[in-house]
Amino acid sequence: MSSVDPTLVQLSPNSEPRKYWRSLDELANTPKFRDWLHREFPESASELVDDKSRRTMLKLMAASFGLAGLTACRRPEQKILPQSKGIEDYIPGKPQFYATAYTQGGVASGLLVECHDGRPTKIEGNPRHGYSLGSASAFAQASLLNLYDPDRAKYPMKEGVRMKWDDFTVFAQPHFAGLGQGQDLRFLVEPSSSPSLAAVKQHALSKYPGAKWIEYEPLNRDEAIAGAQIAFGQPLEVHHQFEKAEVILSLDFDFLGLDSPTILPVKQFSNARRVESKEDHMSRLYVVEPSYTVTGGMADHRLRSRAADVRTVAAELLKQLGGLTVLNGATTPHGRWIAAAAKDLKAHAGKSLVVAGPRQPAAVHALVALINQQLGNLGQTVTYTKVADGWRPQLEQLKELAADLAAGRVKTLVILGGNPVYTAPTDLALADKFKQVPVSILLSEQDNETAAVVKWALPETHYLETWGDALAADGTPTVQQPMIEPLYEGKSKSELLALLTGYKDKRPYDIVRNQWFASLPGDKEKAWRKALHDGIVESAPKAAPVSATPNAQKVSEAFAALKPAGQGTEVNFFASAGAYDGRFSNNAWMQEAPEPMTKLTWDNAALLSPATAKQLGVESGDLLEIAVGGAKTPMPALIQPGHADNSISISLGYGRTRVGRVGNGVGHNAGAVRTSDAFWFGSGSVAKTGRKYPLSHTQEHFSMEGRPIVREATLEHFHHHPDFAKHAVHVPKLFSLYDEHTYEKGAQWGMVIDLNTCIGCNACVVACQSENNIPVVGKDQVARGREMHWIRLDRYYSNDPNDPQVVTHPMACQQCESAPCEVVCPVAATVHSPEGLNEMAYNRCVGTRYCANNCPYKVRRFNFLEYHKDITEVGKMAHNPDVSVRMRGVMEKCNYCVQRIQEARIAAKADGRRPIRDGEVKTACMQTCPADAIVFGNINDPESRISKLRKQDANYGVLEELNTRPRTTYLAKLRNPNPELA
Amino acid sequence: MADLALQQQLDPVNPPLVLGERDYHGITKDVAQIGEGKTPKQWYIAIGITASITGILGLMLLYLVVNGIGVWGNNSPVGWAWDITNFVFWIGIGHAGTLISAILFLFRQKWRTSINRAAEAMTLFAVACAAIYPLFHTGRPWRAVYWLFPFPNPALDMWQNFRSPLMWDVFAVSTYGTVSALFWFVGLIPDLATLRDRAIANNDKLRSYIFGTLSLGWRGSAKAWKHYELAYMILAGLSTPLVLSVHTIVSFDFATSILPGWHTTIFPPYFVAGAIFSGFAMVMTLMVISRWALNLQHLITMKHLENMNKIMLATGTVVGYAYATEMFIAYYSGNMYERFAFYNRAFGPYWWAYWTMVSCNVLVPQIFWFKKLRLNIPVMFVASLLINVGMWFERFVIIATSLHRDYLPGSWGYFRPTPVDMLTFFGTFGLFLTLFLAFVRFLPMIAISEVKGIMPHGKAHAAHSEVAH
Amino acid sequence: MSTAVVKDPQLYGVIGNFDSPDDLLDAVRAARAEGYTKMDAFTPFPIHGIDEAMGEKRSPLGYIVLCCGSVGLLGAFLLQWWTGSVAYPLVIGGKPLFSVEPSIPIMFELTVLLSAFGTVLGMFHLNRLPTFYHSAFNYSKFGGATDDRFLLVIERTDPLFHPEKTVALLDSAGSRHTELVEA
Repeated sequence: MSSVDPTLVQLSPNSEPRKYWRSLDELANTPKFRDWLHREFPESASELVDDKSRRTMLKLMAASFGLAGLTACRRPEQKILPQSKGIEDYIPGKPQFYATAYTQGGVASGLLVECHDGRPTKIEGNPRHGYSLGSASAFAQASLLNLYDPDRAKYPMKEGVRMKWDDFTVFAQPHFAGLGQGQDLRFLVEPSSSPSLAAVKQHALSKYPGAKWIEYEPLNRDEAIAGAQIAFGQPLEVHHQFEKAEVILSLDFDFLGLDSPTILPVKQFSNARRVESKEDHMSRLYVVEPSYTVTGGMADHRLRSRAADVRTVAAELLKQLGGLTVLNGATTPHGRWIAAAAKDLKAHAGKSLVVAGPRQPAAVHALVALINQQLGNLGQTVTYTKVADGWRPQLEQLKELAADLAAGRVKTLVILGGNPVYTAPTDLALADKFKQVPVSILLSEQDNETAAVVKWALPETHYLETWGDALAADGTPTVQQPMIEPLYEGKSKSELLALLTGYKDKRPYDIVRNQWFASLPGDKEKAWRKALHDGIVESAPKAAPVSATPNAQKVSEAFAALKPAGQGTEVNFFASAGAYDGRFSNNAWMQEAPEPMTKLTWDNAALLSPATAKQLGVESGDLLEIAVGGAKTPMPALIQPGHADNSISISLGYGRTRVGRVGNGVGHNAGAVRTSDAFWFGSGSVAKTGRKYPLSHTQEHFSMEGRPIVREATLEHFHHHPDFAKHAVHVPKLFSLYDEHTYEKGAQWGMVIDLNTCIGCNACVVACQSENNIPVVGKDQVARGREMHWIRLDRYYSNDPNDPQVVTHPMACQQCESAPCEVVCPVAATVHSPEGLNEMAYNRCVGTRYCANNCPYKVRRFNFLEYHKDITEVGKMAHNPDVSVRMRGVMEKCNYCVQRIQEARIAAKADGRRPIRDGEVKTACMQTCPADAIVFGNINDPESRISKLRKQDANYGVLEELNTRPRTTYLAKLRNPNPELA
Repeated sequence: MADLALQQQLDPVNPPLVLGERDYHGITKDVAQIGEGKTPKQWYIAIGITASITGILGLMLLYLVVNGIGVWGNNSPVGWAWDITNFVFWIGIGHAGTLISAILFLFRQKWRTSINRAAEAMTLFAVACAAIYPLFHTGRPWRAVYWLFPFPNPALDMWQNFRSPLMWDVFAVSTYGTVSALFWFVGLIPDLATLRDRAIANNDKLRSYIFGTLSLGWRGSAKAWKHYELAYMILAGLSTPLVLSVHTIVSFDFATSILPGWHTTIFPPYFVAGAIFSGFAMVMTLMVISRWALNLQHLITMKHLENMNKIMLATGTVVGYAYATEMFIAYYSGNMYERFAFYNRAFGPYWWAYWTMVSCNVLVPQIFWFKKLRLNIPVMFVASLLINVGMWFERFVIIATSLHRDYLPGSWGYFRPTPVDMLTFFGTFGLFLTLFLAFVRFLPMIAISEVKGIMPHGKAHAAHSEVAH
Repeated sequence: MSTAVVKDPQLYGVIGNFDSPDDLLDAVRAARAEGYTKMDAFTPFPIHGIDEAMGEKRSPLGYIVLCCGSVGLLGAFLLQWWTGSVAYPLVIGGKPLFSVEPSIPIMFELTVLLSAFGTVLGMFHLNRLPTFYHSAFNYSKFGGATDDRFLLVIERTDPLFHPEKTVALLDSAGSRHTELVEA
């Protein structure tokens, strides 16, 4: 077992952070500090260029790289087990990996966190975890930056005045002792699947039987569960087997993107789509959706439809399948499309899958249950499991709370996590109601809008700072281990609840350990350590599938009861790919990660179809005013080809007023027009304000101009011409004036990217940013075309401009064997390694930018300003010590994670000078890719996976005809359209 | 006014190169007096203005060094923009000087004598302005010592990459600067001696010391003239291929790359022609001003100006031909990237730059087909200015429009200059003019000894009386 | 026509002062006809044909330049070969460590550069520049030599040199102001 370095454990959690904070506080107010920012931050450079950018960048740098003054990082007090070897033979500078859990929407994903000398620096998926399988979403990876967020809630505040925890306990203990049955006590909690928290909750509710426990999350799956309630008479969680499904029809369900809390659907889907030989088959995907999502991008047939019209598509589909007719009168113009899809689905009965998204009303989910039953998919590709007892729709619970608050029935309100003031429907006006509550207590990681209206705002620990647990979607218990002692004075939810209600255990470690210890089989101590090591409690039982048949009668009743789509423009609410629901608003990585479809950064926008834009006389960049019911919000327009007509989509999580330097005032608040009637979508109106609003994109041109960049064909065509990609362009006999360098000796690194499975989810972008210490540059710099991402996802439209198909093209340095960039560098700062890497000698680079000009792939990134200057101690904690930080005036780019290659080489050498094994080196992008679309390896080893992939017919190099000899090659994109619709 | 007098004296067939009843002494006096007399107020005003513009340049460069290249508009994909545009622009201007001196000298073009001195000076000053850019466009000029000259990098013990056209540039430009300076100074020595002796005669201590030192004790001895003339001839012989090589190598920066719109074998002759073109335009601008300001109409005659106009007409047409060829080859290559690059030049987002270039460089010089216009000072002055505008745009078009849309549409972008870009460029003109003003004030802007050399000897007899004093 | 007769061994020579290049050339020819050899002229600009008249040899400058140029050429070649393939071999763009083609521009430039230095320094050397004192400056009207006068000196070292005779010769040749000049 790993015993923790005693000297580090000595550090008291109370003294350190306070000193640190005070010094920061002073720092933040001294003119010296302001002067320092003004003088030395890079954006002061762009003052002459644009003064606004200075402030933006300032916020951003400060947030991304934290504040001054934090002393050495500390290991957690409790004992934790590293994935690799223990602390006993811990080698300073050598990273360790610990298993833990990231929870989103109450669902756990297992993680492995890379820690350097006791500080988490990189988040990866836990291969042992059934819902991660080694991959991690962009959000999960970026959550690392939330840990080092300088604007976090750091210590207890009472009405804006800093307090000590002691002050709080002194107040809280007598107060909670005097609550009696707790009739006027309410808990408003972020939904959680944590069994240990549930235990404390049970204790709390048994102590205060009169109290109410309300769960609310702005992006929840309630409609799906409610749909099961209608169809099966009981609330059930639905599970899909995308891997087994040969034909999938998605009704407004972005299961590859933001609608799935884990990356498992991507893994399953891409396995069903991967084509490596002309015998292979791939599943077919139909998508019906209003806005263009990542899932829609993968569709073989995509039907753009207002969210409110999806139900008619579903009903028509059921009819076509010979199920009951629920459509009374209503018709859909897409009869042919639906008929074809229906026929296709029927042909694959039992091996097909129809899914509906969380935005769709319960009745549609119920209808989908009928459809799947009709297709015999129940129990095959669709399974249902029980949800926790006493489930009620969160919105219902929240409305009830609002009513209680209005009626003054609430004297004590405890908010555990979340940010209800910002995320709750506006019509509930929670902010004012909270103010009325005599005693309101908030536990939150963020110093957010809710903290502004409560009496007590308490700091919550980041999940990497404390013990916890959560259940994976299938009920697998996942242990959340801390990587580091709380940086500030945070406490976890169960910790606080235990404190308030006098639970038997006080320390989070005990709460979690005792939750599981008793139930562990055999040598409990050993089993517990294994659980920590693996990150999961394997012995625990999985949730058993419920076999039930949907009740057609109830479904058609519910369908009939659906409130009709209103008039006017439809307004859709989506999670944003950057801020999600606002929890990533202050996260610079996510703010700068381009939205997968629009490539928009640092903003959200009202997406609308070209036709609608024409009709409204709007063009991208016009500031609109969107009204739903009484509520209004400004929102810049952004034309999104492929969007449903007469409908706009806006994403949540922007327009924050109190979150921190990065997030404050970024974008516009879609939540301001989200009401409990129009929670997911509703009819509203759009007006032009006549003002313009600048939007920053990382990509400005979306047409491939007929160039053979992404080479695409139908599966059928591929079966007849497997090597079509090779003939997309004429590659003449290429020869050189010189006798060329041959790369025959030793390992020769290369990469293959499968365009067929890549969904363009940004996971690789964030992984690369985290692994390689890539700076964030801010909205203004992005607008100037200076984003620094080493790997970018180019996105191209094809076919009909109103209803295009899209392809995503991951583009990083191609490591050309005859690299144009190297020849032109006057100082030989970029040269070739014997293993075929196109390497950068950063301290040799003088910054002529000639290499970037001569790079046909334009993958080189230049530090135009000092994007890294004055990184403080906390900021450095997020950095990967294996990668040097580049100063201004230096060119940088992807180098195949050369530091990882070196690490593997050292390991191989220490291990008897054996060659590096295939798969031993994984670049950060390959490691995290949820679709396993990226394969890296030694092309000199005929047995390696990459060599086999490179031999495939579909393998081609982009711009090969230039004789650059790229080491990164691509597998052509395939689609599997239904011949009837072709 | 003087010009009218000129028109009358002008012999259309073979006009004299020196007008009016000037003898050797007269020439000496005319040229030397400029520096000897009391400095006119206008000069102080003029240099005051240009010096403060130079100050702006200094501030901008300081600002750049402190903050980094990001204060300019450069971005990805447009890694080079105004910086290299201005570099090529100034280097181009720097060409006429040495060219007029060297090539016209070798071709025994006597008419060069009254303009070569000023033209050479202009070369040096233009090269000085040009050199600023490669140095500062890295954002960290102090790093330049690592690469400007081949000595090992102490940190890495590495050497330069002599394959890089930028490295060739470094050698070409510094060689060009050095050789031009030598050529200029060697040409100055006899005139410096003249000034020395006049200073002694007027026993002006300071000037006699200064010019005494600068002239290195030149005596004009026949033995010295022998070596001197050969040296001058050899320098001219060296400069001629050199001046052609410099812009050829500058054009390699682009021609050897793989960027559509840059990767073109036509570039060397095309760039050289353009350089001569813009160089002559700049000489024209300066000559028209100084002959008016310094009353040198009898030394810088209409014949000089007309010849320069003829050269501009010729080179301008060559440049136009190059534009046409580029377009045709791009089409004829059948290469989609090439075709697009040139279509994008003419009709893409930067169409206005392209058409400014074409009209200024190809259309404007065509007016010089007409003798009337060739001899019309205001017309040639405006034309010379327009041509320089056009040539700046030529470089901008080649650099920026090729870069902003290359192979992968996903990485396309757009370049917008920042105020710093503009003020820096503006500032270089300040530097250029300040140096030129200082030059005309303190040094003989016309090669006295050479002008005497081309005068009909008979003139000398007018000078008998001179001996007495 | 005053002709100072100075009986001083420390003489530089006799300098005559002529109106035009032609007069000067006549004087030179006359002096040569007399058999004078050690003479020199001071003129504001090079006079063509005067070298032949004075029997001067061709300037050796060309050979100096040739040597310097060759050094430049060879140096550039060795520099690029040695740094690229001996001192610090690096694979750049998959090309061979050294090849002639890309080395040509720098070879050319260095050749020109060193030739230019050779030319100028060589010329300075041959003309003994800089020399800030020279006896010729003692001539009272030397200033004319850089303006509009054409001077001819017959040096004392000439075997035929004779204060009176030589002065008379120059006067007769049309010198406007002949003077015995001290060394």
